[in-house]
Amino acid sequence: MSLAARHLESNGIPTVICGSARDIVEQASVPRFLFTDFPLGNPMGKPYDKGMQQEITGMALDLFEISRFPRTTVQTPFTWGDDQWRRDYMRVDNSNREELRRAGELRKMQQARRKAEGRIRSQ
Amino acid sequence: MINDAAVADPAYRSFVSYIDKSRDFYAAHGYEHPYRWTTNDQSPFTSLRKPLAESRIGLITTALPLDLPDDVDLETLPIESTFALPLDPPPDRLFTQTRDWDKEATHTNDLDSFFPIHRLQELVEIGRIGSISPRFYGIPTEYSQRRTIESDAPQLLSLMRDDGVDIAMLVPL
Repeated sequence: MSLAARHLESNGIPTVICGSARDIVEQASVPRFLFTDFPLGNPMGKPYDKGMQQEITGMALDLFEISRFPRTTVQTPFTWGDDQWRRDYMRVDNSNREELRRAGELRKMQQARRKAEGRIRSQ
Repeated sequence: MINDAAVADPAYRSFVSYIDKSRDFYAAHGYEHPYRWTTNDQSPFTSLRKPLAESRIGLITTALPLDLPDDVDLETLPIESTFALPLDPPPDRLFTQTRDWDKEATHTNDLDSFFPIHRLQELVEIGRIGSISPRFYGIPTEYSQRRTIESDAPQLLSLMRDDGVDIAMLVPL
């Protein structure tokens, strides 16, 4: 997404990225980034929270008007409520290391099969 | 132990580093070489050409335009590509299961939590923005940065130009 935003922007279309993976977007350097510190999946607000979604969508539009230079990040004021997800998402520890290793083997086999069957994107 | 509490740990940065997390996660899967994320120290910048109230906005998602149950066999999905599809009417749902989002902490059953089409329509109705593009757009979350730069991003630009889009809102899951 960051690369797409940079391409659009370079070709005259102002962009805003709304997202929750702050480090990935900022490392790519984008023109405007509206950051909501939520678990990945709901960057425009909590499900069925129309008021929050209106606020976030509005802030994204505001960013077009207030940004004067690239790499402008604005953080929305919302919090998820608890922080358990920060620890749990993509967790790796001794309790799941073997499970992840097996999942990796399966994934590699699936990738090899897709490639052999031509079910991957071509050049 | 503070790490077990459902509060931010002051010994760590407040926001999650997905670069760190995904590196360790895929290393545990047996992938020897960590993904090398796009890294730039500068960004392009284009100022608004006209007021928002006169601008046409295009909405871009990383979800797939498929109406499938969440438990569909992912091996049967079509090969992904960049797309533009009509917004009248907006999709009832978009398919997100192939994307890396936090499937334990939340869900994507409410389209507007990641694809704010109805929220944008409300903003058109009150005149905050001029219009929404007649089509919405999607690009694959591509492992290959070269493919994004050389293929997907130029296709996206071309589709948006066809629709007279003035500004773009990109919402990755």
